[in-house]
Amino acid sequence: MVLKVFFPQCCNRADSGLMVGRWISGHDSAVVLAVIHYPFIPGQVKQYIQQMQAQSGVELSVLGSWSLPKEGQEGMESFLRDLSTIFPQERWLQINREIGKTGFTCQILDRDQNGRAVQRESKKKTEKADKANGEAGGDKEEEEEEEEEKVIFVHYEQRKVMQSQLHPVENGVSDPKTDPPSELRQVFQTVARSQPLFFLDRYDDGPLKSTHWQTEGREASIIVELLKQASVPLCLLIGWLLSIWTWICGIRLFSLYPLRFLSSKLSTCVQLSYRTEHMRTLSSMKPAVGHTQFMRKANILVSFLVDVALGMLLIWWLYRDNHITMLANTLVPAADHVAKELEQLLQWLMGAPAGLKMNRALDQVLGRFFLYHIHLWISYIHLMSPFIEGILWYGGLSACLGLTFALSLLSDMVALLTFHIYCFYVYGARLYCLKIYGLSSLWRLFRGKKWNVLRQRVDSCSYDVDQLFIGTLLFTILLFLLPTTALYYLVFTLLRLVVVLFQGVLHLSVDFINSFPLFAMGLRVCRSYRLAEGVKFRVLCEEPGTALHLLMEINPLKCSTVVQTYRTPTYSCYPKDSWAALVKKLFVGELIYPWRHKTTKTD
Amino acid sequence: MMEDEAFTDINGKSISLDCQNHSGFCREFTVSSSKVSIGKVMVYTSGVWLLAYTVFFFTENTAVLTCAILVTLVGMMLHIHFVKVDHESLLVIGSLGIQVSSSYASGRETTTFIEQSKIKDIVINEAIYMHQIIYYLCVLLKDPSEPDVVSSVVPLFQSSKPRLNCLVKVYKSCQEILSKC
Repeated sequence: MVLKVFFPQCCNRADSGLMVGRWISGHDSAVVLAVIHYPFIPGQVKQYIQQMQAQSGVELSVLGSWSLPKEGQEGMESFLRDLSTIFPQERWLQINREIGKTGFTCQILDRDQNGRAVQRESKKKTEKADKANGEAGGDKEEEEEEEEEKVIFVHYEQRKVMQSQLHPVENGVSDPKTDPPSELRQVFQTVARSQPLFFLDRYDDGPLKSTHWQTEGREASIIVELLKQASVPLCLLIGWLLSIWTWICGIRLFSLYPLRFLSSKLSTCVQLSYRTEHMRTLSSMKPAVGHTQFMRKANILVSFLVDVALGMLLIWWLYRDNHITMLANTLVPAADHVAKELEQLLQWLMGAPAGLKMNRALDQVLGRFFLYHIHLWISYIHLMSPFIEGILWYGGLSACLGLTFALSLLSDMVALLTFHIYCFYVYGARLYCLKIYGLSSLWRLFRGKKWNVLRQRVDSCSYDVDQLFIGTLLFTILLFLLPTTALYYLVFTLLRLVVVLFQGVLHLSVDFINSFPLFAMGLRVCRSYRLAEGVKFRVLCEEPGTALHLLMEINPLKCSTVVQTYRTPTYSCYPKDSWAALVKKLFVGELIYPWRHKTTKTD
Repeated sequence: MMEDEAFTDINGKSISLDCQNHSGFCREFTVSSSKVSIGKVMVYTSGVWLLAYTVFFFTENTAVLTCAILVTLVGMMLHIHFVKVDHESLLVIGSLGIQVSSSYASGRETTTFIEQSKIKDIVINEAIYMHQIIYYLCVLLKDPSEPDVVSSVVPLFQSSKPRLNCLVKVYKSCQEILSKC
């Protein structure tokens, strides 16, 4: 096997000393975490390592010695070798770096069970190996021959590796016996968990001095620390407000049938309950456990802030220069205009639309029925027109809760203002549906068959002459009346589809704002190493006589994967049924609804 | 140690294989495919512009010409950024893993690293591609929990598609390293 040494880049120029780190069992690799400098008292080092081990939960140990000789510091070879007796280990690494050379040389000292040191050296291999084998036994001979000078140095940037999160994220501690994490994952975990080791900087007065990425001083942001302090009372306040809000929602008046039904249909109410749930997640006093939950919270918070900011922008635009009044003044004439256009359309349908010859009596009946409906609708709008400006003014205020609220409110208002189109669509669809079903069952009668309800299949059946006669007569009548109904159905379905499309776009944009992982995207763009998909290696220097040096860089996650992984789960907004199913529904005359299914929640 | 040899890909275009021996158990193979030929660029560009000019001749709308220029520019950028692979490399590090990377003509690089514990083997495989049967090199992956089952396959040198003689050379030296560790 080849020995892999993961070496932090910040320790390249460290003074000579002891390397602290961890052996990864089963993979023949060592992770160097820090270098403790001379002079030190071995007892204190052992105590320090034990203390760190207790704090971090990583099996830390002294891996070996590191030497970067400076002027006047020669002849340390024997001293370094003696150190291995003070810190008893199965293996002792002795890494040297010489001035003027970029590569390191590494010697490995093996200690067998008897406590005798078996030494392998890269340069004086033959002599030493023979001597060692003579002591350790002939079995190991071939192995030792092969193993010489097989060391890979993998240089890693400690800060990035510590802060990055390898994907896919592992939640919880998996059973180590069944599925041990891969080698790289273990390296990442080791570096991330031994954070207490990096708190000792050069300004500390302790007995030990060490080199790692925070030697020059601990890195932290004042703003982040202040925000952390401020978040506690803020969470308390939000939690209190939320409890009041849930108390109000819990009043029995609201759980009465019509109100509950209405609130489940209005997208503003849905958005409100959704936002409440979000705020509840945010305001919980427990700190986030694990990476996934932290990212979820952060994503929700950033989405919320962006949403409110966009809403404020909208308010600023609405209430400046009296845009509200302008909107209200255009809304009523627009509704009037739509009604007038509809009336003209109906008049056209009642004549001979596109040269088609309709059944005159049925055509007149249907046309008059719809015309009366439009008349009712126009009078309703005119009754409302004095209040529309007030409604808009107060409704616009809801944008301070976020742009999503304004959009949801807009969607609801569109639904209310186009209620007549919905009514027409439902009447047309019901009539058409009735005809289609009647025709299909009479067509069966025509062929001497019938639908067996118990067996859910078509059976043959013998009819009387009277039954056949009446059935055929009805079939003929229905067939000849079908084009008239189908035409009305077609026109009103098209109108309805336009409204549904508009509402669908609104719902999609609300869903997009709610679920887009802005924080994760920001991390991906600004600190691409934080979300790692894996690693990539680059071969560093090649000096003959030294070991292979690799540079480990972090491979950032793809943007599409970021969105997929960190998307906040929301109510699904996409059409549940496929396009073919939708067309079939339209053809048969079943009702279609806007793209929102409240009961299904997708993760 | 460096070697540079000329081979051909399955379409008969010349490609070059570059083996770099970093150490006894670390080797890098780079397959560079031919560069974008200027003739091809000229043909496509002039094709689009001539088409745009004919449309302009009948409609007399200058927006058509602007669109044509934009289309050629954006198309070229997309082509060199997402389609045209300049060279693909395979870095085999004994006992650590295999790194596959491909760099595009614009300088974009995509890299994936496969850990040793996931690698089952490297093999040369046959595949039906359009109307012909081609050979390709691929890494067989396994799940560490089930070492005998091939869980998935990662094809190598996907865009340059070298011929068998080149693949055999890469295959032999990969096996040499893998058998050592």
